[in-house]
Amino acid sequence: MIQADLTVILPEIILAIYAMAALIGAVYTSKDALAPVLVWTTAGLMAALSFWIASNGSGTNVAFNGMFIDDGFARFAKVAILLSAAAVLVMSQEYMARRNLLRFEYPLLVALAAVGMMMMVSAGDLMSLYMGLELQSLSLYVVAALRRDSAKSTEAGLKYFVLGALSSGLLLFGASLVYGFTGTTLFSGIINTVHHGDVSVGLLFGLVLLISGLAFKISAVPFHMWTPDVYEGSPTPVTAFFATAPKVAAMALFARVLHDAFGGAIADWQQVIVLLSVLSMLLGAVAAIGQRDIKRLMAYSSIAHMGYALIGLAAGTELGVKAMLMYLAIYVTMNIGTFAFILMMERDGKPVTDIDALRQYSKRDPGKALAVLILMFSLAGVPPMLGFFAKFGVWQAGVQADLIGLVIASAIASVIGAFYYLRIVFYMYFGDENEDPIETRSTPVLWIALMGSAALMLIGVVYQFGIEGAAAAAATTLVN
Amino acid sequence: MDNILSIVTFIPAISAGLMALFLHGNDVAAQRNAKWIALVATTVTFLVSIGIYTEFDPSNTGFQMVEEGQWLLGLKYKMGVDGISVLFVLLTTFIMPLTILASWNVTDRVKEYMIAFLLLETLMLGVFMALDLVLFYLFFEAGLIPMFLIIGIWGGKDRIYASFKFFLYTFLGSVLMLVAMVAMYADAGTTDIAALMTHQFSSESFSVLGVHIVGGMQTLMFLAFFASFAVKMPMWPVHTWLPDAHVQAPTAGSVVLAAILLKMGGYGFLRFSLPMFPVGSAVMTDLVLWLSAIAVVYTSLVALVQEDMKKLIAYSSVAHMGFVTMGIFAANQQGIDGAIFQMLSHGFISAALFLCVGVIYDRMHTRDIEAYGGLVIRMPAYALVFMLFTMANVGLPGTSGFIGEFLTLMGTFQVNTWVTAVAASGVIFSAAYALWLYRRVVFGDLIKESLKSITDMSTRERLIFAPLIVMTILLGVYPSLVTDVIGNSTAALISNYDTALAAAQAATQVASH
Repeated sequence: MIQADLTVILPEIILAIYAMAALIGAVYTSKDALAPVLVWTTAGLMAALSFWIASNGSGTNVAFNGMFIDDGFARFAKVAILLSAAAVLVMSQEYMARRNLLRFEYPLLVALAAVGMMMMVSAGDLMSLYMGLELQSLSLYVVAALRRDSAKSTEAGLKYFVLGALSSGLLLFGASLVYGFTGTTLFSGIINTVHHGDVSVGLLFGLVLLISGLAFKISAVPFHMWTPDVYEGSPTPVTAFFATAPKVAAMALFARVLHDAFGGAIADWQQVIVLLSVLSMLLGAVAAIGQRDIKRLMAYSSIAHMGYALIGLAAGTELGVKAMLMYLAIYVTMNIGTFAFILMMERDGKPVTDIDALRQYSKRDPGKALAVLILMFSLAGVPPMLGFFAKFGVWQAGVQADLIGLVIASAIASVIGAFYYLRIVFYMYFGDENEDPIETRSTPVLWIALMGSAALMLIGVVYQFGIEGAAAAAATTLVN
Repeated sequence: MDNILSIVTFIPAISAGLMALFLHGNDVAAQRNAKWIALVATTVTFLVSIGIYTEFDPSNTGFQMVEEGQWLLGLKYKMGVDGISVLFVLLTTFIMPLTILASWNVTDRVKEYMIAFLLLETLMLGVFMALDLVLFYLFFEAGLIPMFLIIGIWGGKDRIYASFKFFLYTFLGSVLMLVAMVAMYADAGTTDIAALMTHQFSSESFSVLGVHIVGGMQTLMFLAFFASFAVKMPMWPVHTWLPDAHVQAPTAGSVVLAAILLKMGGYGFLRFSLPMFPVGSAVMTDLVLWLSAIAVVYTSLVALVQEDMKKLIAYSSVAHMGFVTMGIFAANQQGIDGAIFQMLSHGFISAALFLCVGVIYDRMHTRDIEAYGGLVIRMPAYALVFMLFTMANVGLPGTSGFIGEFLTLMGTFQVNTWVTAVAASGVIFSAAYALWLYRRVVFGDLIKESLKSITDMSTRERLIFAPLIVMTILLGVYPSLVTDVIGNSTAALISNYDTALAAAQAATQVASH
């Protein structure tokens, strides 16, 4: 029994043991000198694990009496999490090394966060959910404050921690209410109670508090306040990390809780999700207009994108989950490329995040400017880029679930949002000449990340590497 | 050739890709190469597209030369042409080499400029050939990107305002259309345009938020598509982006915008609104007709007082497009034939007029009407060409402009006499602003010092105008060239439209008894 359980969570165990062993090893040996090696080995291990999960996993395996579920849905999310975390790690290595930020804890904290995220997407019980969530969050709080001598970075870490603790409290309170009114913490037990039509007011309270806690993690409005500050204050590679893997994990967890535990009460949570979605899209679109800092801008952009992904969740159907998963995969790919570019932006060796600095960038480096142009149009959801198909997918799910109003609101939000993506293009291509231009120092890794992600946005129109099929299969296992 | 449509569509894009990958440097030689590659690519596209014309069978009212393949999200890659679209394809391939020739004087970022135009050509051709809803949307919308860049990078003084306005205005219209497309997909279970044309969308009236909607789903979908096509067309009162975009765009950009991009709106009405939402169209017909009539009169009056030549022609474009929407929604043979004819003819005439402005703008770098006068003394050939197209713009019999206006007015007269009466007065106004423009620019005494050394058209410029002159006069004296090709397809469209309307009417009568 135990052995069978352990086989199911082997990937998590391997990664966790690796992180702890490496931590001890690094403490007792050369400390930070080992950091570059650790970055690459961590990334390598994550990539290897993701290939293993993708190629080896099959069927639905339940471990520890239902607390841990390894199904197609979890595997899809895990592959996305591990690959994006690995990509962000290798992208950040050179940037952090040059700014003396590359401590050995960084890759290991990311690895531990990844373990937490893998745990989250596989959770089958409110307790394993909380374990995974906290492992992830605690690692992220530390990483946000990685730049110890910077007030902004420390502030970001602290802000994230305090608000994160608040949301964890909400979530726990909700979990305890759910436990109190259903008598179980197992999702399979909760859904039985719900299926019997026994959705009491107490359970609803619990559900709403759970949703609030989770909405904080995906930074959906009105639980988004921390996002711009944390994005801006954290070192850029950390921001890149925040914008990718944790979003996938939290979103997948969200879907898991709503479908696995509350699948019978769609009508009860649908309206809440719709509201979160509409607010996120509109605020993300409107508030970003005034931003001059590209990291803050990307923070609002991520808020808006989570709003679009929530449409898929709000639909409450298999098609909706599939669309949401595809949206996340495409969103993460776009963000990796965009942050690869942000990591390159610098002047005299200092990072620059002011979008003003991009004036006439296309004249100095047409290749990279073109890649950013493609990414921006993709983020805005303009065809033929892949970002358009992501939006099309969630709209399709929304319309099928009769959420026409939500879809129309998101259409309007996408037009407002297009403005600020266009403005970046405008600075690069037709702004006035800047007397103080930025340099973009590109390492091979960053260059590949930027160009690769831009190329994928175009290639995706013709060939999607089987993502659609995988997402469909994942959605089938979750919604039934 | 089985996939001639894809070949024609993607020759420009592939040339653009090759140019982007293999053409380096920004010296004179590289610039010259870029121009020649673009010219050769567009010319080859045109020559191959003649194959579409010869292979096309006008007696067949269905889609021809169809190509089909699976795509993502259950969508299809499906291309094909019928009588309605085939001539727009040819118009596009015909105009593009001329715009490249007209851009021969560009010196700023020539390579990128040519790439943008080549990509734009692919996307425009795709719009007219796509037979899948989302594929159509993809081409339709993606065309905004190169045009945004063309206006923004190579445009005039206020190019930034104009490019943003252009992009956001059209984007807003299009996303609403996309929502309707998603709803159609959900309703019909397919995105195949041919299949959707035979699908009956519900036309049962219902209420939303207390508002009674006659024609139900169909009316709502019609309005969503209308939001996109009316902006693209552009129809009064959502035309305001057009003068800005035209004035700021470089000459070639204006030509493409006027000659081809505006036609997408009209094409969309014919491809989607009428055949797919007949009840919705019938409900909205009066509104559209009156909007068109207002557009004709109002924008003609606005054109009268313009001081900028390009702006004047831009407003005249809006007025001429008013005839097109009027003809389309008259929904009879003369009206729709006339609308298509008017669009094609406007493609040649407005292109030529913008090129005429470009000729003197290249020399004097101003578009103010005030800055000119008496050009006939130094530029007799130019005066002649400009005269011809001014007359064509006015709708002088013998030019293609006359046929289109006459047919649309005749078609509308059978449906709504008052609208026709109002719109017909626009013909007089158009004579007024066009002739007055001509009088102020070309006639009078040559008193401005700066104009005394202006030179007449070069061989390159004459070469650009020659095919346009031929087409304008040819279509003017022998309109069957067009009407024979489109006639059967439009007849089928109209009979389907009438049948659907009659069926819907019968259904409501049964329901009310």
